[in-house]
Amino acid sequence: MNQKKTSYILHLADNSLILGQRNSEWCGHGPVLEQDIAITNITLDLVGQARSLYQYAASLLGEGTTEDSLAYLRTEREFLNCLLVEQPKADWAHTVLRQFFFSTYQYYLCQQLLSHPDAQLAAIAEKSLKEVRYHVRWSGEWVIRLGDGTTESKQRLQLALAALWPYTGELFMPAAYESGQGTDLSAIRPLWNEKVQAVLREATLDLPGETFMHSGGKTGVHTEHLGFILAEMQYMQRTYPGCEW
Amino acid sequence: MENSNEIKIRRVLEQIHDPEIPVLSITDMGIVREVKEEAGTWVISITPTYSGCPAMDMIAASIKMELSAQGYPGAEVRFVLSPAWTTDWMTEAGKEKLKAYGIAPPNPRQQVCRDELFAPDEAVQCPHCGSWHTARISEFGSTACKALYRCEDCKEPFDYFKCH
Ligand SMILES: [Zn+2]
Repeated sequence: MNQKKTSYILHLADNSLILGQRNSEWCGHGPVLEQDIAITNITLDLVGQARSLYQYAASLLGEGTTEDSLAYLRTEREFLNCLLVEQPKADWAHTVLRQFFFSTYQYYLCQQLLSHPDAQLAAIAEKSLKEVRYHVRWSGEWVIRLGDGTTESKQRLQLALAALWPYTGELFMPAAYESGQGTDLSAIRPLWNEKVQAVLREATLDLPGETFMHSGGKTGVHTEHLGFILAEMQYMQRTYPGCEW
Repeated sequence: MENSNEIKIRRVLEQIHDPEIPVLSITDMGIVREVKEEAGTWVISITPTYSGCPAMDMIAASIKMELSAQGYPGAEVRFVLSPAWTTDWMTEAGKEKLKAYGIAPPNPRQQVCRDELFAPDEAVQCPHCGSWHTARISEFGSTACKALYRCEDCKEPFDYFKCH
């Protein structure tokens, strides 16, 4: 078994699952009904992607590992998601901007994964890419709508940008398990930058300058927020081991 | 012999419906990718419409139950992700059924799926009155596969099965 590869698959899965879990906090609390439905549909896509990846990782790991044991029974230090996705849900501006940053990254990553020598990873990327295109469009439109909107919406988005920007650098800092996986983050970075800068400009926001970038999530060193998400998400399986719906 | 079994199995599959859009069978949806026998076991390969489609587990269970009831016990259901499902695979009969049910069927693929932001909404025909004078309310509808539209003529809202 190739441990680097399973770590890589878990990293991809954890990104989708944790952002899905975060977004699910909007369920029933969206600003308007249509957008409540939109964000929860995106959540469903993310959790679906995570399931495909966990199922695949479980099949490689064997020894009784299942998609559920991977999602519900690993500890904080074993999760390999980037810090961006675990940051607490704030306002709508924060949510759509984070989604835009992440989906744009995922969009270019999935395109690279399409030609991955591992047929199953390529297939999951092919499936995900169709959904991610919708996510990029939806979130990008919201960033422009709020940034180029009212004084308040612009102010909120500008604050969200200041809060989230320092977490975007980690997306492009390769962890040890990412080398040799057929993806090249240094090739994604300029594409991501170009798309993000274009949308932020159209949203009339002040572009962020050089700043310190947080990292650690991809190697299991998380902000304090991940523990709280896991406590909520894993509560049932920890309290009633093996329980099923 | 084997062939006639496959035909019978495909007929059974035509009777299994998507729990979220009960007017469509899984063959109308185009999610049945393969029916074949492997070492005495019938293997049905299906593909999800969307990664997170909550109907997939239920559809797999229905396939196994229905085949078992029709004399094919122990069938296996496999999920295949590639090639990814597209609305092109929905049958013409399926599109007609959707329309009669009040859901606008997916447009031919080439009209949409653009990446640019604020791309003009594609023209979608109202399934109630046939008008093309409609507007998109939301990109995401009651399920991931649908968007929400409104007819500017008959004023009725309706679901549009997104091109995908
Ligand atoms: Zn109408």
